[in-house]
Amino acid sequence: MPVTEAPAPARLLPLYGADNLPAHAALHGPPPYAAAGTLIQTLADAGLAGHGGAAFPVHRKMTAVAEAVRRTGRKPVVVGNGAEGEPASEKDKTLLRRAPHLVLDGLQLAAAAVGAGEVQLAVEEGTGLPAALQNAVNRRARAGIDLLPVRIAEVPRRFLSGESSALAERLSGRAALPRHPEPPVRERGVGRAPTLVQNVETLAHLALVARYGAQWFRSVGTGEEPGSMLCTVHLAGREPEVVEAAYGTPLRRLLLLGQGDPAQAVLVGGYHGAWIPAAHAVRLRLSAADLTPFGAAPGAGVLAALPADRCGLAETARVLRYLALQSAGQCGPCLNGLPRIAAAFAELAAPGGAGGPERIAVVRGDIARWSGLVEGRGACHHPDGTVRLVRSALTAFAGEADCHAAGYCRATDHTPLLPIPEGSRR
Amino acid sequence: MSRIRTKEAAEQAIAVDWTACQGHGLCAELLPEHITLDEWGYPLLDGQPVRRAAVKRARRAAADCPVLALKLTSKPAPYTADS
Repeated sequence: MPVTEAPAPARLLPLYGADNLPAHAALHGPPPYAAAGTLIQTLADAGLAGHGGAAFPVHRKMTAVAEAVRRTGRKPVVVGNGAEGEPASEKDKTLLRRAPHLVLDGLQLAAAAVGAGEVQLAVEEGTGLPAALQNAVNRRARAGIDLLPVRIAEVPRRFLSGESSALAERLSGRAALPRHPEPPVRERGVGRAPTLVQNVETLAHLALVARYGAQWFRSVGTGEEPGSMLCTVHLAGREPEVVEAAYGTPLRRLLLLGQGDPAQAVLVGGYHGAWIPAAHAVRLRLSAADLTPFGAAPGAGVLAALPADRCGLAETARVLRYLALQSAGQCGPCLNGLPRIAAAFAELAAPGGAGGPERIAVVRGDIARWSGLVEGRGACHHPDGTVRLVRSALTAFAGEADCHAAGYCRATDHTPLLPIPEGSRR
Repeated sequence: MSRIRTKEAAEQAIAVDWTACQGHGLCAELLPEHITLDEWGYPLLDGQPVRRAAVKRARRAAADCPVLALKLTSKPAPYTADS
């Protein structure tokens, strides 16, 4: 498999301004509705996977919805999921600002492919996006581009708002909380209809695959993971940057490893992702094949490089406190376990905070036991993702933990790297 | 519908609706061979299909759960995506 060293593709984020329908139409033409009948097969050939984090094959989800439609006789709902929730991710908001029409094309094409009767686009409130997107939708309506009217739905800015069942609940007029995964959203979602929820970046790729085909899509990326993805890259002392990268791109290029300030570890996959020591990360690519051995995955593309002079334990403790507060509080193990894990981790993160070696052994034992108790025991994957971060931090920062046990911290710069919303409450 | 009922076809799994469960603990009393309680009082499942000798008690445990959080299912767990 050739490692992609070619320049980064620019499929999703062109240079023209937001809400520029004529420019979008000049570049890509109208949505190819005639291709809707064969779109699911084309997506299977292209190998497009979801960009919301789980990387689930798009054609399989669409097929499952189509089957549920046949079984129930109800017209499905298609939902574009722009509620990225994750504080460290900017890519969906950036895409919706810079290329709204690509997403809206994808929404219409997906709706045509599964025979939807209703289309919604969910975006976070307080981002300015709902009004901008409503304008874009209105312009398309005037131009006669869309087959179905699109309803722009605002959802709360919380970590779990974009979880597909929480989103379906919200769009059904209830609280934006995850629910028991049976029956699945694809069978009974918005208003109890079969519902296709796709991340907005996924829909943008879908709109391109429908136009340019599977072979074009596969012309970048790797054989197992074709195409490209949007990443939000966090480097110390810089604003987070959204970049498009082919699958298979070396992490060292995206995170500038080996240049300037030395990094000690990288966070891959965001707050439900994993820390990987920089010594390993420098030879890894942005691909599941490379990242799986480290318990990580490209996910929704959040990448961060932690400089050598920062404390990974303190950084993780801040994120864990936030994640505990973002528990929906519905499931007993998550409600009980996450705050305890976060508090115990905060003890490890404070140099000398956990007391002597005996106390530290107890705290580490508690964290390991509670991690086992929350994993797989919730309606959604919030506990599972949180535990992934905890375990990776304990491995990647084991040396730092020993220093803290001895009463000191090696970090000289205590500036936080990862963003945590102010006054985070659920 | 097939009239042949193999052992596998009759196998049932236990699942918990975690959003409903309040840790009453009745299920662990009725099905101690499959369910214990964690340190917060929530059920820990052994992940095994319900033993034939326990099927009746499993049905009762599901029916008697005060919040109907215990589910008997013959289906594998569904996938969840887009978390």
